[in-house]
Amino acid sequence: MSDVVRIISYRTESKDTKTFEFVWNKNVRTGQFVMIWIPGIDEIPMSVSSTKDVKSITVKAIGEATAAIHKLKEGDIMGIRGPYGNGFSINENERLLVVGGGVGVAAVMPAVRETGADMIIGAKSKDEIIMEQEARRHSKNVWVSTDDGTHGFKGNAVQLMKERITEKEYDMIIACGPEIMLYHIHKACDELNIKYQLSLERYMKCGIGLCGSCVMDGMRVCADGPVFRNEQIPMLKEFGRSKRDPSGIKIDL
Amino acid sequence: MNPLETYIGPLKLKNPGMAASGIMDETGDSMVRMLNSGAGAVVTKSIGSVKRSGHMNPSFIELPYGYVNAMGLPGPGINGFKEEMETATKAGMIIGSIFASSAAEFAELAKKMEIYGASAVELNLSCPHAEGYGMEVGTDADIVHKIVSEVKDSVRIPVFAKLTPNTHILTKIGKTVQEAGGDAVVAINTLKAMVISPEFARPVLSNRFGGLSGPAIKPVGVRAVYDLYRELDIPLIGVGGICSWSDAAEYIMAGASAFQVGSAVVSDINIFEQINNGLTRFMKEFGYSSIKKMAGAAHE
Repeated sequence: MSDVVRIISYRTESKDTKTFEFVWNKNVRTGQFVMIWIPGIDEIPMSVSSTKDVKSITVKAIGEATAAIHKLKEGDIMGIRGPYGNGFSINENERLLVVGGGVGVAAVMPAVRETGADMIIGAKSKDEIIMEQEARRHSKNVWVSTDDGTHGFKGNAVQLMKERITEKEYDMIIACGPEIMLYHIHKACDELNIKYQLSLERYMKCGIGLCGSCVMDGMRVCADGPVFRNEQIPMLKEFGRSKRDPSGIKIDL
Repeated sequence: MNPLETYIGPLKLKNPGMAASGIMDETGDSMVRMLNSGAGAVVTKSIGSVKRSGHMNPSFIELPYGYVNAMGLPGPGINGFKEEMETATKAGMIIGSIFASSAAEFAELAKKMEIYGASAVELNLSCPHAEGYGMEVGTDADIVHKIVSEVKDSVRIPVFAKLTPNTHILTKIGKTVQEAGGDAVVAINTLKAMVISPEFARPVLSNRFGGLSGPAIKPVGVRAVYDLYRELDIPLIGVGGICSWSDAAEYIMAGASAFQVGSAVVSDINIFEQINNGLTRFMKEFGYSSIKKMAGAAHE
């Protein structure tokens, strides 16, 4: 159902990313998403970066809609519907490693807050890292990678993950980030026989599993996902290879 | 004998439930999924001559009793749809939905759908939210006559016409389809609708208005099929708000030989199996040996 929420506070996470907090009377699981409506501009899917009574979205300014969200201040309103999708399935008995790449860190941060699990944060460069301090407040082991080596491990999040999982045993990896990162997590974990859950992204219209705009091999990212498990991922031939534009035409990634 | 078997003109369906146009039917794999979930046939997304991105979001609204959408006929265009059809037609019966602004353009699209392996074509004469298409051509009897006869002259596969309830001349349009040689009438498409956000003081959909679907429109659809059955001899396909076997039974008793399910796929993607099982039980209990015997029962 569509609602309108008022922003109660916002903060800057990095040079191009901000978090907006609002009160919304809905139960949201980690990994679920909402559709955010900015009138006159667009409506876009966004992960929920805080799932308690005060909820939040964390937005990287990459297009017209996200730039419009960045202009919002305390007291401004936005349209919201959801929550949609399955979310992550978190089992307290499993040794969990959480991996976030870029703004994808925000989507998995609630899992770190809830469980105190070990976390890997990946970014291109130091000024694109988000939520590191917050992660350290909740987790004893937070490792950071930057592609250019300006902070932490020099390399990408998957290379860092491969190092960590040879040193310490994990039962489950949950991850959100660029598709190339997720694709290589899938490759690495399949090889090492570690279970994983990946949060995927596709162009969406309805958000509830009706229109088929976001399908990958017949699976609806909005309703069957956005989180897919290790037994499902290998069946998604389009994963890591192609996506569909708003007209439904397949485009190579 | 399978009691659910039904005929739409020359077309034999193993069960009367089809996935309606616009529902999980933009890609080959999603149509395969719908067929595997128990749909007797799948109607494709409405395909036009050229690629279209559709309307900007918001293009969809959830309401307590249904949905309002203004997708705006997004699609890859007929040439871009060939590969999807190849995948889908291997798995079962596919009905190619097409939209166009002229009879000649409809005929060209229908020919391609026939080449792609469609079992029938469904003419979209009813979309309420795309300028120059859908109900804008489908509420003028002369234009409808020209479109249906020209498509009939161009293809051998059956030709269905999907009509809009947004007119007072529904039965007249239905009769026109029949006179022009149409093989079946599909009724109804969505009802033209609008939702306004009080907080933002503007319509929510980027297109301002769209089409209402879901449980709210079922009584309108049942009435439309009932009216058409009294005037027409060609088969009817009922669509609008079907969520259960009893909804499907209402449409069949109003006069439909088959039905389509759209919005209800949201709550359960395996809904066809449930409807098929429920209908079979009902037919057995109340002594209907076939869909044919049950079709139009409410008129007797």
